[in-house]
Amino acid sequence: MNSDQAKSGYTFTAESLRKKFRFSEFFAEKLITSVAFLSIAVIILIFFFVFRESLPAFKHRPKGTTEENRVSAGNKPESYGSNESAEALQKPETYTGAEPAAAVNKPETYGEVKDTSVSADEVNPDAKFRTSESPDSEGSLSSLFSNEWFPVSENPRYGLIPLFVGTLKVTLIAMLFAAPIAILAALFSSAFAPAWLREWIKPAIELLAGFPSVVIGFFALMVMATFFQNVFGYETRLNSFVGGAAMALAAIPIIFTITEDALTAVPRTYTEASLALGASKWQTAVFVILPAATPGIFAAVLLGIGRVFGETMIALMATGNAALSSLNPFESVRTLAATIGAEMAEVVFGDMHYGVLFLIGSILFIFNFTLNALAEFYVKVRLVRKIQGRGA
Amino acid sequence: MRLKNKIIGGAITTASALSVVLILAIIIIILVVTIIGGKDKLTWEFLTSFPADGMMKGGIFPAIYGTALLVIVMSIAAVPFGTITAIYLTEYAHEKSWIAQTIRFAVRTLATVPSIIFGLFGLGFFIKFVGVGMDNWFMGGQLRWAQPNLLWGSLTMALLTLPVVIVSVEEAIRTVPRELREASLALGATKWQTIKKVVIPGSISGIMTGTILAVGRGAGEVAPILFTGAAYYLATLPTSVSDQFMNLGYHIYVMSTQSSNVDQTLPIQFATTLVLLMLTFSLNLTAVLIRSRLRRRLK
Repeated sequence: MNSDQAKSGYTFTAESLRKKFRFSEFFAEKLITSVAFLSIAVIILIFFFVFRESLPAFKHRPKGTTEENRVSAGNKPESYGSNESAEALQKPETYTGAEPAAAVNKPETYGEVKDTSVSADEVNPDAKFRTSESPDSEGSLSSLFSNEWFPVSENPRYGLIPLFVGTLKVTLIAMLFAAPIAILAALFSSAFAPAWLREWIKPAIELLAGFPSVVIGFFALMVMATFFQNVFGYETRLNSFVGGAAMALAAIPIIFTITEDALTAVPRTYTEASLALGASKWQTAVFVILPAATPGIFAAVLLGIGRVFGETMIALMATGNAALSSLNPFESVRTLAATIGAEMAEVVFGDMHYGVLFLIGSILFIFNFTLNALAEFYVKVRLVRKIQGRGA
Repeated sequence: MRLKNKIIGGAITTASALSVVLILAIIIIILVVTIIGGKDKLTWEFLTSFPADGMMKGGIFPAIYGTALLVIVMSIAAVPFGTITAIYLTEYAHEKSWIAQTIRFAVRTLATVPSIIFGLFGLGFFIKFVGVGMDNWFMGGQLRWAQPNLLWGSLTMALLTLPVVIVSVEEAIRTVPRELREASLALGATKWQTIKKVVIPGSISGIMTGTILAVGRGAGEVAPILFTGAAYYLATLPTSVSDQFMNLGYHIYVMSTQSSNVDQTLPIQFATTLVLLMLTFSLNLTAVLIRSRLRRRLK
């Protein structure tokens, strides 16, 4: 002890060993910590604000006012170049209730273009299959469970059933394509392919994930739709089959990547034990590696479903956008996400239609949140336990 | 029995190999079809001129310009926040603490939220809450911020790309050897000094990868900006963050579904798609290359 002190010429006391308080350190740590909470805050804010905006859907509003607003909003000149226009000065300060502020938030700007004031429905020839109007139903909450989605009419009806049917149909078709292809590809990459090939396959397929969905949608609209129509000879060019096939392209990289990770995470000892017992390569892959990674594959499929369920641009461009509830895969459908994308630009702020669109958004968000939590559970708890429990 | 096994094995191996080939073929088909459809129209003039004749002719310069502005403002917001979150997760938080777990869960959730939800959130939060508030406080009730514009579109996009940045940067920070941190701390540097002088410089390639991936993602997404700032046609370029902007992806969407002359403008659509695809493809390719080099370093 004495010699130590002599060497360093310094006495360590409890006081000198205590961490010094430095303001910059303290500040940096607190700042970094609070920024890190941003992701949590965003999730909570999304939940709160999307749900808050959907409240108008739960308030029954007399039909008359809504119609008036729609007319007045429709007649407004739409110009967004300058803020000094008469229209801008008349703007209400807050958007409450049924004030005619729809024009404010339209994303389109009408400059020299003449032909743009038509909605997707009016242009798209495949979208004309709307259910006929029946005057007895009302734009109220109870109509959410009806079979008619007809938001812009004398008697607006907001039946979500056809939208749900459409979304589920497209999701099912997409997963029927995507899941087997992606899982098989992942199996090849992790179990059969030599190491050098694997190094190439993975990044290549991940490149597909980088394709913007609007590009996939455009490809589906221009190329796949025509191709499938020639092959199958159905009537409606844009339908849930084309949309589902296109969305499979968006889901494949997700399912592939997660499945591949799950398959690679299976301990080498499993494979080696199986091979040592005389099983062939494919037997090991199918009867040992695949079952061990089941929770991971399940999670991958869940996340793939989530991707397809909320996909907007491909649905808008390739599914035909007609709110039909039929089970025929070759008929047009309108998905939940596409409905928001197509109609939000044309609604009156704060009215029922607006609220219902946000309500659809809340449903999508909650559904996705649940799927993600489930997938998390499967990967975290089941997969880890399965591999560690047996491996140990 | 042997033969049967061989047949099944062969079938499974072939099927799985074919799946890979099919996916790669689709990627190549999309690339080739877009290149063939768009290459004739794709000239320097097309890239640098304004649309003309009611979008029937002319170029896509405003859409390119708008997309560039969008990703720049988006990166300014997303990259610092993403980097700081990644630093927190790797340097400050304990791996098993509930805070770190919750943040990780939130980041993963954020990564899987459908992009249209971000659009709704941008409308409900940025425009109708923050924007209206800003107008009331700073503009005396005059309308300036409570409408779709570049700032709100970019911030919405920044939220969407935040997880991309976080994941990339975190991966890069983990490749900085622990010995370097310990050496720095042993020399008397504080934790923050170590992060500033050792960890961040050591993971700069990861921050770059994250930025590139985020830009690639932000340039291609359309749904979040549908109601938060994208415009179909603007006669002038946006000059401030409170202006609306044109966007490549939105341009493709509107031209191919909402215009009345879809067939006549087909070359323009293909060329625009080609531009967008080349942009995102090259960005992603760059990121993949940097990343694979990074992973080699990790091994």
